Amino acid sequence: MKLGRREFVKLTAAATAVTAFGGLGFDLAPTKAHAQLLSLRKGKETTSVCCYCSVGCGLIVTTDEKTKRAINIEGDPDHPINEGALCAKGSAIYQLAENPQRITKVQYRAPGSDKWEEKSWDWAITEIAKRVKKVRDESFTLKNAKGEVVNRTEGLASIGSAAMDNEECWIYQAFLRSLGLTYIEHQARI
Amino acid sequence: MTNHWIDFKNSDCILIMGSNAAENHPICWKWVTRAQETGATVIHVDPRYTRTSSKSDMYVPLRSGSDIGVLGGMIKYILDNDLTQKEYVLHYTNASFLVSKDFSFSDGLFSGFDEAGRKYDKKSWSFEMDENGVPKRDMTLKDPRCVYQILKKHYDRYDSKKVSAISGSPEDQLLAFYKAYTATGKPDKAGTILYAMGWTQHTVGVQNIRAMSIIQLLLGNMGVAGGGVNALRGESNVQGSTDQALLFHIIPGYMATPRSNWATYDDYNTANTPVSKDPKSVNWWQHKPKYFASLLKSFYKEADLPTAYSWMPKLDAGQNASWLVLFDKMLKGQFKGFFAWGMNPAASGADSNKTREAMSKLDWMVNVNMFENETGSFWKGPGVDPKKIKTEVFFLPCAVSVEKEGSISNSGRWMQWRYAGPSPMGESKPDGDIIYELALKIRELYKKDKGAFPDPVLGLNVDDWGDGHVFDPHKVAKLINGYFLKDTTIKGADGKETVYKAGSQVPSFVMLQADGSTCSGNWIYTASYTDKGNMAERRDKTQTPEQAKIGLFPGWTWSWPVNRRIIYNRASVDLEGKPWAPQKPVLAWDGANKKWLIDVVDGGGDAGAKHPFIMQKHGVGQIYGPGLNDGPLPEYYEPLECPVTEHPFSTQLNSPTALMFAEDAHKRTTCDPRFPFVCTSYRVTEHWQTGVLTRWLPWLTEAQPQMFCEMSEELAELKGIKNGEKVILENPRGQLWAIAIVTKRLKPFDVMGNPVHVVGIPWHYGWVWPKDGGDAANLLTPAVGDPNTGIPETKAFMVNVKKA
Repeated sequence: MKLGRREFVKLTAAATAVTAFGGLGFDLAPTKAHAQLLSLRKGKETTSVCCYCSVGCGLIVTTDEKTKRAINIEGDPDHPINEGALCAKGSAIYQLAENPQRITKVQYRAPGSDKWEEKSWDWAITEIAKRVKKVRDESFTLKNAKGEVVNRTEGLASIGSAAMDNEECWIYQAFLRSLGLTYIEHQARI
Repeated sequence: MTNHWIDFKNSDCILIMGSNAAENHPICWKWVTRAQETGATVIHVDPRYTRTSSKSDMYVPLRSGSDIGVLGGMIKYILDNDLTQKEYVLHYTNASFLVSKDFSFSDGLFSGFDEAGRKYDKKSWSFEMDENGVPKRDMTLKDPRCVYQILKKHYDRYDSKKVSAISGSPEDQLLAFYKAYTATGKPDKAGTILYAMGWTQHTVGVQNIRAMSIIQLLLGNMGVAGGGVNALRGESNVQGSTDQALLFHIIPGYMATPRSNWATYDDYNTANTPVSKDPKSVNWWQHKPKYFASLLKSFYKEADLPTAYSWMPKLDAGQNASWLVLFDKMLKGQFKGFFAWGMNPAASGADSNKTREAMSKLDWMVNVNMFENETGSFWKGPGVDPKKIKTEVFFLPCAVSVEKEGSISNSGRWMQWRYAGPSPMGESKPDGDIIYELALKIRELYKKDKGAFPDPVLGLNVDDWGDGHVFDPHKVAKLINGYFLKDTTIKGADGKETVYKAGSQVPSFVMLQADGSTCSGNWIYTASYTDKGNMAERRDKTQTPEQAKIGLFPGWTWSWPVNRRIIYNRASVDLEGKPWAPQKPVLAWDGANKKWLIDVVDGGGDAGAKHPFIMQKHGVGQIYGPGLNDGPLPEYYEPLECPVTEHPFSTQLNSPTALMFAEDAHKRTTCDPRFPFVCTSYRVTEHWQTGVLTRWLPWLTEAQPQMFCEMSEELAELKGIKNGEKVILENPRGQLWAIAIVTKRLKPFDVMGNPVHVVGIPWHYGWVWPKDGGDAANLLTPAVGDPNTGIPETKAFMVNVKKA
């Protein structure tokens, strides 16, 4: 009997399938208990791709439907590159998502201050936007020393990020270039 | 990568040099092992015996930074022993091209060198053209001015004794390595190279890769299954972020950033669109005006093309705005505001003390990340008095990858879609939402109170980014693919006309238009999101038997360009269209139906009708490359900080064109007895980059808790250091502590009769967390860079090591 991973999960998740385990010839008690736990917590499976190196290993993420937090993250056995396997980092992605040390509120550090202050998104976006506009307006250069048209902002620079999705990278560069930035760099340079 | 991860299994010989693949790309080792199981030889060349070495069939030590010596020696070995794949070299490379009479090379310098400016005038490096404007060729390869003969003469100096003397690689091991790898010069054999930052992070980084590319062309290993030149990239979407051009020198799709000397839209196209007079050269970049026009329209949908071009910011002619220059300018006070978005330069930038000091000159900084890090908190770092730091810092918390939807592109160019599982934790947000909200807010301010040059801010096509509040990755993916802006009639190759309705997705970049009737945010991604759907979401593993044989998986997600899985695949067949390796073909020409089978062919047309290297102006692989800043052929130079005062190949010790900063000169050391050891930096499997994410994960930090320094037993004895003791590493740029790992994995090198010690440190740590984890390896690395890319030389520099 050859079982794919999907079929295996279906089999173990079915409460009435206990008798079927005997035919597999090995002890499935722990797997069964785990699968039942997932079922009790109503997990929803989605696929993702590992966020670390560039091999692009497939992941299956199980999310608690009530709390919207991850219950489990493991390698996707259907993925042709990793065939279900993950390295030490990939196997620990659960701890990246469900990490109590993540910063989940906007923080601000004032000039000369020795501490962070919690702030709202509205405040931060407005304050950053005002500063961007001020520096852009003050440092915008229509022509360079040779008198050639350059239409650029000299006083702003950006680095990042290869950790973003393609769609995010694309709008980020368009956003920066529309503001006139030329000092745009990221991980790929170093 | 020209090839892809699964393709490693098709190789007969896998060379891993400048990479510790088993440690840093662990899952790829599955495919290296499959190759080994079918008889492939795996060779690891590295200063350190690593996990990769332990799984390889052959390990060759080399002193960090001496790669061009070792590779130059292999080029000589190939030519001396006549091991090239002859038909391939003759027809598919520029070996037969004649080089200008004005070209010369003498004592480490190519013709045209301007010593004061530390740069070359490349005019004399050009090819000689015939009356039709096509490069002159000598198909006998005997003309002393043909590339083949120039190559032979250039590398004649690189004999294995000299190479061994400077690299510290034992000569017998070098020769065994050369013999094993060059066996892939047989037409039906394939050799591949897997490299990473061990090759790029040098002042000769680009030339390291060029040297290997020359070897791959000589052996006929490009375009074939199990071959190619394969960069194992370090971040999940660093391929995609490069494609989308978060870099100063390019705009999306590998087109040049506009510059002041290209004043108008037409000037840009004229200067940047190559012209080939050779009817067999596909010269794909001739289509650049279509891609550029479509890109401008994706930014500025309502503007006409010349206006949209005028809104693009322009660099000065020749201006370098790369990383090291950026931080140098920051230190000098050029920037008031700075975004460090999903990056930790305080630990990842070379000469971290310089980088950290530079940030204190800013008025404000925006730092987007998941955890506190050395960049956002630089104002309270070691030795810093917060009271004296004026910089305001905004820390914006972003979502983890599994909490959001969108695509990333792996090293093999597979664009893979990810779905949102959990919701963003707390008040954290996907980066896309943060960018979108900020862009909308800035527009609002410009609408209210115009300010400087407001047109590009107000004209930006943000309608395609979301619903006015929330970022929509599908909408943006469709924009990146591109769509028709008006009803457009296009005549196909078969002469049939098709009408594409305004608003419909562009099916392929062949349909992109130069007149502004299409938009596309990135032409290489056109065909990824069409009216048939989002190709990056596909999970179809159906393959033909030929596709299955080489593991092509054409129905699984999508690969740029046009779902081609192996690029330059046209070089995998001979002039009749027959595969060089009939047992593992990438392409097969179906003469009866006049079509190509297996992979998506590079270029088009019948077998033998076109040169295979379609992105090159002349259609062939460039053994001789006249476009680079440091020479048309790789030449041996020591790292800018090195343990020797001379080397056997010329009196030119270091790269004559390397990027450096005069003000930092006092911080560089060569053959200084105070800093006698070569140091190199690397990664461990449990951590990632500066550790900005992984240092916060208990499972991983338990396995690799703190900074260490690997050293040989001989060096440990010399310095009286025991395994597990705390040591100090230092040089004029900085100092850091590490726990000594005394190991047999490192050995002193015999370099021209003198012992040279190499030590190694990981670069995953920083002062913020964990509390006893140590600080950044980059406190010690120099801010000097490659003359082509500006990548810093963080793989070979000098330090002292002493007991703490």
